[in-house]
Order: sequence, then C-alpha cells, then structure tokens
Amino acid sequence: MELVKVTIDGKTVSVPSDYTVIEAAAVAGIRIPQLCYHSELSKEGACRVCVVEIEGARAPGAACVYPVAEGMIVHTNTPKIRETRKAVVELLLANHPQDCLFCQKNTDCELQTIAAELGIREIPFKGETRKAELDDNNPSLVRDPNKCILCGRCIRACHERQGLDVYGYVNRGFSTIVEPAFSYGLDEVTCTYCGQCAAVCPTAAICEKDDTEKVFAALGNPDKYVIVQTAPAVRVALGEALGLPPGQVVTGKMVAALRKLGFDKVFDTDFTADLTIMEEGSEFLDRVTNGGVLPMITSCSPGWINFIEMKYPDLLPHLSTAKSPQGMFGALSKTFWPETQGIPVEKIFTVSIMPCTAKKAEAVRPQLQSNPGIPDVDAVLTTRELARMIKNMGIEFKDLPEEDYDSPLGTSTGAGVIFGATGGVMEAAVRTVYAILEGKELPGVQYTPVRGLQGIKEASVEVNVGGTPTTVKLAVAHTLSNAATLMDKVRAGEADYHFIEIMACPGGCIGGGGQPQPVNEEIRKQRMAALYSVDEAKTLRQSHMNPDVQKLYEDWLGKPLGEKSHHLLHTHYGVQEREL
Amino acid sequence: MALVRAHVLICTGTGCTASGAKNVLARFEDELKAKSLDKEVSLVETGCHGFCEGGPLVIIYPEGTFYTRVQPEDVAEIVETHLLKGRIVERLLYKVPLSEEEVPTYEEIPFYKKQHRLVLKNCGHINPDSLEEYIGADGYEGLAKVLLEMTPQQVVEEMKKTGLRGRGGGGFPTGMKWMFCAASPGPKKYVICNADEGDPGAFMDRSLLEGDPHAILEGMAICGYAIGADEGYIYCRAEYPLAIRRLKGAIAQAEEAGLLGENILGTGFNFTLHIKEGAGAFVCGEETALMASIEGKRGMPRPRPPFPAVKGLWEKPSNINNVETFANIPYIFRVGAEKYAELGTEKSKGTKVFALTGKINNTGLAEVPMGITMREIIFEIGGGIIDNKKFKAVQIGGPSGGCLPDSLLDTAIDYDSLIAAGAMMGSGGLVVMDETTCMVDVAKFFLNFTQAESCGKCTPCREGTKRMLEMLTAITEGRGEKGDIEKLEKLAVSIRAGALCALGQTAPNPILSTLRYFRDEYEAHIFDKKCPAGVCTALLDYTITDGCKGCGLCKKVCPVDAISGELKGLHNIDQSKCIKCGACQEKCPFKAIVRA
Amino acid sequence: MAIKSLEDLRKIKAQANQDTEARHNNETQIIIGMGTCGIAAGARNVMTAVLEELQKRNLHNVAVLQTGCIGMCQKEPLLDVVRPGEDRVTYGPVTPTDVPRIIAEHLVNGNVVEDLVVAKISNKA
Repeated sequence: MELVKVTIDGKTVSVPSDYTVIEAAAVAGIRIPQLCYHSELSKEGACRVCVVEIEGARAPGAACVYPVAEGMIVHTNTPKIRETRKAVVELLLANHPQDCLFCQKNTDCELQTIAAELGIREIPFKGETRKAELDDNNPSLVRDPNKCILCGRCIRACHERQGLDVYGYVNRGFSTIVEPAFSYGLDEVTCTYCGQCAAVCPTAAICEKDDTEKVFAALGNPDKYVIVQTAPAVRVALGEALGLPPGQVVTGKMVAALRKLGFDKVFDTDFTADLTIMEEGSEFLDRVTNGGVLPMITSCSPGWINFIEMKYPDLLPHLSTAKSPQGMFGALSKTFWPETQGIPVEKIFTVSIMPCTAKKAEAVRPQLQSNPGIPDVDAVLTTRELARMIKNMGIEFKDLPEEDYDSPLGTSTGAGVIFGATGGVMEAAVRTVYAILEGKELPGVQYTPVRGLQGIKEASVEVNVGGTPTTVKLAVAHTLSNAATLMDKVRAGEADYHFIEIMACPGGCIGGGGQPQPVNEEIRKQRMAALYSVDEAKTLRQSHMNPDVQKLYEDWLGKPLGEKSHHLLHTHYGVQEREL
Repeated sequence: MALVRAHVLICTGTGCTASGAKNVLARFEDELKAKSLDKEVSLVETGCHGFCEGGPLVIIYPEGTFYTRVQPEDVAEIVETHLLKGRIVERLLYKVPLSEEEVPTYEEIPFYKKQHRLVLKNCGHINPDSLEEYIGADGYEGLAKVLLEMTPQQVVEEMKKTGLRGRGGGGFPTGMKWMFCAASPGPKKYVICNADEGDPGAFMDRSLLEGDPHAILEGMAICGYAIGADEGYIYCRAEYPLAIRRLKGAIAQAEEAGLLGENILGTGFNFTLHIKEGAGAFVCGEETALMASIEGKRGMPRPRPPFPAVKGLWEKPSNINNVETFANIPYIFRVGAEKYAELGTEKSKGTKVFALTGKINNTGLAEVPMGITMREIIFEIGGGIIDNKKFKAVQIGGPSGGCLPDSLLDTAIDYDSLIAAGAMMGSGGLVVMDETTCMVDVAKFFLNFTQAESCGKCTPCREGTKRMLEMLTAITEGRGEKGDIEKLEKLAVSIRAGALCALGQTAPNPILSTLRYFRDEYEAHIFDKKCPAGVCTALLDYTITDGCKGCGLCKKVCPVDAISGELKGLHNIDQSKCIKCGACQEKCPFKAIVRA
Repeated sequence: MAIKSLEDLRKIKAQANQDTEARHNNETQIIIGMGTCGIAAGARNVMTAVLEELQKRNLHNVAVLQTGCIGMCQKEPLLDVVRPGEDRVTYGPVTPTDVPRIIAEHLVNGNVVEDLVVAKISNKA
C-alpha cells in the first residue's frame, strides 16, 4: 500500500493511503473521541463526535470515515471543533436517561466517559426524550432503546459478523430508533442471543439480562447448596473487568473469589469439556464407521444451535447430539452429585459463569432437565456479571491468593481449556480420536492447523479407521456469517468434510457476547494466547486422560454413548420458527 | 384528408389535471366531433406551462390564443365561437390583476414577458408523448452532434466552458463533476438523474419530466458519453405518477428509435436507462442517500469523500445531476457553450427555473436569466403581493434556504449572492410572504419539516433540529427566555459544522436568516411576549374597546367565564382566565373586541 | 421507426414541423369570414375546400384563420389572402369551386384573381 504524509495537530506521520484520519491519528499518538466508530466494524460517520477540521474542506469531517490524502493537514482540537464535539455530546445526553449512578453500565459506559472527558457540567437543552418500551422478553438480553444513542454498532455487528439483520433504523427524525422490524422483541425475530450487539454497544442500550440478584439470593439462602462451574474462556478475560491487563490467566484468583462469594462447590466446565470430547468423539467414530450423517457438526455454541435451528433446520441431523459442556455439567450437578453426596436435588442450585449471553437461553431449554421440572442449570452469569458481583462484595481481586477447584468435577486437561478458542474443540477432538484410532498419542500432542483467527479453516488428519487408512477432513468456522458459508456448502452437497466445528462468536468463546468490554482483535489474540498457555502448562492435555472423567465412567456413567450417557449427556434439537 | 388548420393545446400537467383539464379535454373531443371539426382541428395534450395559477390552460393555434381557467362548460363556446367562427372568447382570456386588461396571447402576458425559456421551451408547446414532436423542436440534435462530431473529452471541456452549475441545490459546476467522473478509472460507470424533487412548493422538475421527458433522456445520454457510462438511473419519486408514465413512454420510444440502447446512431455508443421509483423520503434527494435507496437500502446519506464520482452507485464511479441540470444539456450542445454562457452572471451562467408560491398573484414556474432581481421576479413576473399587501420576506432555497427581507429585493440573484445573503439557490422554490407572516413562526415551520425529514443518522441533525424546534415552539408560545436567541445561534453553528450531510448542515438556515433580518420579531416574542404579525395565538390578547354596547353576547359565549360587565355597560376580559379561543370576537356584533 | 443517422433525424424533424405547422407563425394566411352571414352563405364548404386544396397541393406555412362579420354580408362567403409584404386581398362571394383557382393563382403564383376581388387593404395602413 502506498504511503501518504498527513499532518495532524502539527505532527506529521506516514500512513497507508487507505487509512482514515482516525487511524492516522492513532499512528500519530493522538486519540480522537469516538462513539459510532468501532475498529472492527464498517465505518458509519454517524455520531459526529470525532469531527475534525481538515484544511481546505468545506465543512468539518468525521475522522473515522475521512480518507487521508497526501499533504492533508488536520486539526483535532480547534475551538470550533471542541464546541461542535461538545454540542454533539450535549445533544446525545439531552435525549438520554440521567440515571448513570444506578445504570448497569455505570463506569463502563463510553458515553459517560466522553461526557466526563469533555467536561460537560450541564445539559443546555431540555425537552422531549425518547419513550420506548424495554425489550426483556427473552432470557439473554435486555434492550433499553431509551439508552440508545443510535450509533448503529449493533446493526453492523449483527449484519457484518453474524450475517443476520436483527436490528435496523426505524422511523425518521427524532423518532428514529434502532430496533427489530415492526418493533418485534428479540424473541420474535431471528436472534441467536449471541450478544455480539451487547458486546459492541457503547451504552446500556443492549445488555446481558442481569441475573446477579438471583445468584446472590441463592448464596444467601441457607437451604441452598450452590454449585458453580466456570467456562474455559472466562479465566482469560475476567481480569480485564477487574483492573488487570488483557491476556492474564486468573483461574486461581477467580476460584478464590467464587469461594469468597459463598459458593459451596467451585467446579470447572473444563471437566465436562473433556467429557464432551469423550461423548462427541465416540459419536464421531460411530458415524464414520457405521455410515452416520456426515459431516458431523459440533454443538457446544448455543448461539450456533439457535442459528441452525432457525436458518438451516434441514441440516439438524448433522449436529452432534452431545450436550454442550455447560449442559453436561448441569446434568451431572443434578444427578451424579446429589446422588453420590446424598443431597436432595431440590437443594442444589447450579450456577454457570459463561462468556456468553446465549448460554442463559440454553439453560432454560426444556431438553436440559435431567429431573422433570427442574432445570439442570439454575442461573447463568456472564463474565461481566461475575466481575460486578466481585466488585459488589468488595473483594480486592488483584490481591486474592490462587486457589484450586474442588474435586472431582474441577479436574481438567489442557484439551478442555482450549474449548474457549475457535478450533479448540476440533483440536481436542483430534487429540483424542487420533489416540483411540492409532493407539498412540498424536505426535507433539498439539494440532495447530485449526488454530488462529482465520474465518474458515480447513485441515485434514490421516488416520486408520477400521483398518483402512483414511483422510479425515475437518473445517472450523467462527462467527455465524462464516458458519452460513459452510452450511450453504453442506446444503449444496459441496462439502466433503467429516467434522465441522462452529462457534458463533469471533475467535470463539474468548470473543463471546458476555465477555468484558472493550474487545478487539488484539485483545482476542491475547485471550487466545493465554488459553493456549494454560493448555501447555498442563501435564495432561488429552481429554481421555482426565483421571476423574475416567473414574466417572467407571464408577457411575458406564461407557461413552452408553445408556446413562445417552439419557444425561445427549440431547435433541428442533426447528425454531420466528416471525422474522 | 384535409389539412389540419388549428391545434388546440391542452395542458394535462399535474397542476392543470388537478383543476380539471381531463374533463376539458374530453369535452373538446366531443364538441369537435359534433361540429365535424375533428379532422381539421387537432387536439394535443401537453405538459406544464408553468402558469398553474391559471389552469386548466388551453392554447389555440394558429392565433396563439391563451385561455385560462377553462371549465368543461366553456368548451362548447370555444369550439363554436373560436374554432368555427374565428372569434376570440374574451371572457376566458388572462386578465392582468388590478388593471383587468385582457391579454390574448401567451407571449404578451406579464408572467411570461420577463422570462427566458430555454429549459422550459418545450413545456406546454409540444406533445410530451410524441418523440416526433420533440425531434421537431430540435430534439436529439445535441446528442447527434456530440456522438458524431465530438470526443468525450471535448464534451467535458465544452461543459466546463458553459459554467453551468448544478440546479439541484449545491450549485457545484457540472463540467467539473463530469470531469471527475470521466477521470475515474473503471469499465462500469453510472449516470443518475435526481428526480426526487422534495422541497415544499418546488415543482420545476416534475413539470420538465411531464412536459419534456425526452430532453432529460438526451441530457443523460450526452453525459453518459462524456463520462464513459453505458447505464443510467432516473430516481423519481413515486408521487409523480404522470412523470413516471411519460418517462417510461419516452424511454420506450427512444429505444425503439435507436436513440437509446445499443449502438446509438451507428456510433457504437450504448446507453440504457432505468427508472427507480422513490418512496418519498425528503433525504433521498441527497445524492448518497439516493444511491443507497437505488441499491435497495434505507435512504441514509453517507459521508463524502469518497464522492460519487469515485465511489458511487454500487461502488462504481457515478455522475449524479438533477432534472433541470440535465434539461439544460441538449440546448447547450445545440448552440454551443459560448452562446450558452452569454446568459447569466459571471459565476452563475444560464437560466434558473423558480417555483413561485405563497402570497403572490401569479403562482407558477418562471424561468429567468441568472442575475435578475428578486423584485423583478416577485413584482413583474409574479404580479406582486395578493390583495396589495406589503411584502415582508421571500423564502428561497427550500427548507434549508433562508428568508430575505425587502432590503435585498434588488440584489441580482445568483448562487453566490444568495449564499452571501444567508440563503441558497436550492432547487429554486420561492415562497413569498406578506406582512401578516410571523417570521419566528416561519422558521418553526421549516424546522418542523427538516426535523421530520431528518434521516436520523447523525446526532446534530436528529437531536439538534429537535431542540431548535422546541426552543422556537417555546418562543412562539410565550415561553421564550432571555438567552434563547444566543442559545439558538450557538446550536445552529454547531449543527452546521457537525452534521453529516447538506440537509443537516443547512437545517439551521431558516433560523439564522430570520435572526439576521428579523431579530426584532424574536425579541418581541421573548421579551414583550408579543407577536408583531399577530400570528402566534398564545401571544395575542383579546381586549374590549369603547365600541362595546354592553349587549353581553361575548360574556355568554365565553367558555371560561373570563368576561365580566353589566348589561349596557363596558365589558372587560380577564386576561389571566382568557384562553384566546376568539369566540367573543366572532360573536361581537359591534366589532368592539380586538386582537393584538 | 429506426433512426440510424443524422439524415434520419432530420427527416423526422422536417415531417414533425409540417405536422405542427399550425403552431408556428405563418405570415401567409387565408382568412375566411365565418360570421353567421358567412356560414349562411356557405363559408363552411369554402373552408373545407381550402383545407383540401392546401393538402392536395402539399402547401405548408399557410395559416388558415377565420374572422367574423366585417359588414359586407351581401358578398359572403368572403375569403382574404394575406401575403407578407403585399396588400391584403378580399375575395367574394367565393364558392368552393373558386378555391383551387385562388390558391393556384394567388398563393402559388402571386397573381391576384382580379375578377373575384372585393377589396384590397394596404398592409402599410
């Protein structure tokens, strides 16, 4: 790319000619306030917070969209620009609820931050404010259109990342609102609850449904035996919400914090991730050897499950019947655990800490009730909610000692932890399936062709299936728009893969809709590297080597795909029909 | 077969059709048949003459007699007296207001005398459904000349020489626009005609599309040749069904004749045209929003650069001009840039069509050379103010334009003088206001429009126009406070600097221009709680004068018991109770209650 | 109708101008008295004859106008011929059979048909 020289506030930098002013300013070390701009989404130029003066231009331009040109001279902080920027934020605030102190996003809100930075002390305009209804008719997300600043990030995230169009601009002028068509609720449209909209929302207009009070209540109830499980991707992101830099592994502190919060047992979803590999790997071998439906597709990501049930119902037989790790843990927590510990099942309250908003919806699926009428998982908290609970309890997270998970459902291998990154489930499966088929460990244990942030990855493994040397073809996709590309190929009969892994969110669960904000590719890479470091530090890195998983099969479950597994660890899917 | 000795031209443009032209047409058909004149007299439907005030309009040739406000029941008389006996039906002639002088022919009417009709030349004078009549009126000669004698570069150069500036609002030099687009690399480019005319009161584009559709097609084809495009779109609002029907017909005729399509005039130049109907959002007249709409997206502007000449429709280089601009093109290439540039001022060449509306005697379309004064347009062409009231202001440039006072009536109008005066050319809508107009109320009206039509994308326009509208409303309702004017001015400046597209950037213009020229009216509203023009209801007081005879009728009719007084004694209105409904004033038989 | 060249375009233009000639300013005029007196004396038939004859001879740029009673009812039907730069000539009474002669002699050849002349008005007046 050709380089051009741009002078911003007196500082000259050379930047690629396809940069916009905001990107050039970043190179020059100049931060321009921004709201609608998001480094990973298309550029809109809508909010006008990033206006700058460009010498020679007729009117100020939005730095986020203004293309650089050779010799361009930009001023980001003239009195006129400061006035304009301030007026823009004042106008946004004039149509925004003034309830910052008790808002879910308090101290975590980009609008609040900008208002503080610009030194806004009063709002000079008084008048009508938007009065729209709350959309909280689903288990995962709450939309408060009154807090929306119409930046359109959610529209773009949904369209560009997920290939869906849940949101759009509706009406004109002051009545403009961002919402699903016909003012439908998210439960009425093709929304997978993936939460990518919430992940990019600068304010509290789209948030996870807050279940912290429910969990506090259970913790405070002496009649409840509260179990918690933590998903793989939470341990590498939670620190960010508690003042630590991205990429920190905080497993031990997290376990300590959970104990301080009062959980009776702190277990790990990584355990059931290993268990998932046992069930799903066996299912895969069974399909390959007995002529089952191929390619088989993973079923861990609830956003993905919602997507296929709504958009590709004809492909449902391709899904692995194995429950997600959360689902398997929930089942064990309401069967194996009470049975072996002699606790009445009604007493048990199971909480999941997930990087995901769709997990909240997964938990209320009627399929996930091992005891009729009793959900296997009682409450799902996102990483963000857990961070809030920790703050709420006055726990100084950084100073906590490292503690270990409880046994046996806290034991895991490195294969279980990499579930949190795109390609992780596939790699874990390859490690175990290879070992079973070849009778020896995969050379070097790791299987790296499926790692990385490329949207769709393809790979193949040479193995011996029933005495025949076979090339097993694999594909891995993250984000639903990439998933759709693969599904179109499968539907058209153009995909000769044996096994496909799909994660709904960018980068997999590390980029989940329930993870701390802000997030971008750089941060996702750091989280991902942290996950692989956890894997590498483990002595056991293959799921079938997990001693407590082995013991569970021996003592209680029987064998993979056995009758008890079938009832407790496998599920079924159905078509979801939505209005739009 | 006998020779056709007379032509009856009936305007069936939207304006005349609305006043009943279709019935007049039908009656003519019947009457001519009944008198066996249908062979020697030809009936022709035409587009708009611009003199909509006088519709339905009928012109009879060879005399060129101009009949106005013709009703179906007048037709028998016209046929009998004029077409059969050769005598003019004088009662149907146009009469000059005040003098009542009857004017027999078109050219002599004051409305037309000062006009210089280049663009509107054919409107009302040819049958817009006839390709032959367009060709008869020198149509497609410009295209033939361009294709057969000029290179695309020469066409662009010629356009630059004309000094023609975009007639849609911004006034950007058309030749430059063509040059940028011609210079953009790429095998696929588009020509787009912006026919999403949306300014309140402006209808020149509609009249052109209805009255001379082939001129637009010819202009677009010439542009296509110049910039290297083989495809074009006309984005026309769906509220213009007649324009769309005529355009469709014209495109079909031109394609059949080989004037559009493949290998035009054997030169190897290909050009096809499509019509895209817009759903009537004002913002879709903004070029980037218009292109988004053609692409099937929500009509919302996007920031420029990149300009359409670089990245336009479907990301391809595109040239977009409005209807009136394209209508200038055939003429330009028939007569040449030099002759064209003789008309107008130094920096604004040619003519401009204005739509005259408001408190003016002759409403309609007037095409005048750039540089004419507002006084000439309003008082000579427009025939002055209705009921001889006093002129107060003229609003020019649509909702984003400005209001100019009488002190500027003698300014020569062109793009730059209007900007300097705080208004803009816009599409050429002129709303004339008399002394009974409240300028704060006018600003409120236009802000109401821009607020309702804001696309909602950028903060300054969506939120800012709302706050300005709220402040104006407060002022007109007597809730204005000290500091409001300064607040309005400050916000206006921020909106102008911060908004994404021209709609938002110019939205404060009605406020800024009224503040500039009529600040005293704002002050009267805010500080004296008075509306000098007597428009803002909340600021009016009803008082009973000495003329009161004490009949008590007002007291009886008052819904809030605000009036007191003894029978046969002077009555009084309690201002704190009065809701200003005006019932007392209406009832008073002695006109003793005044509103001020 | 396919227009393949400039010539094709010009042909159509010429034809169109003929078809709409009544709308152009024609200095040569035939004016027929169509007052009640004229019509009673048969002016309608004279009008028809004029139109047919003009068409037959393919004569263009002639405006056919009517006028009311000019006070010489006994001479109706009256027919005036106006040619640019020449006197206005009034003929009467004119019958349909006289029409071809007036058109051939006066309009085409420029010779006044003296035996039918009622009056001449100088165009300078």
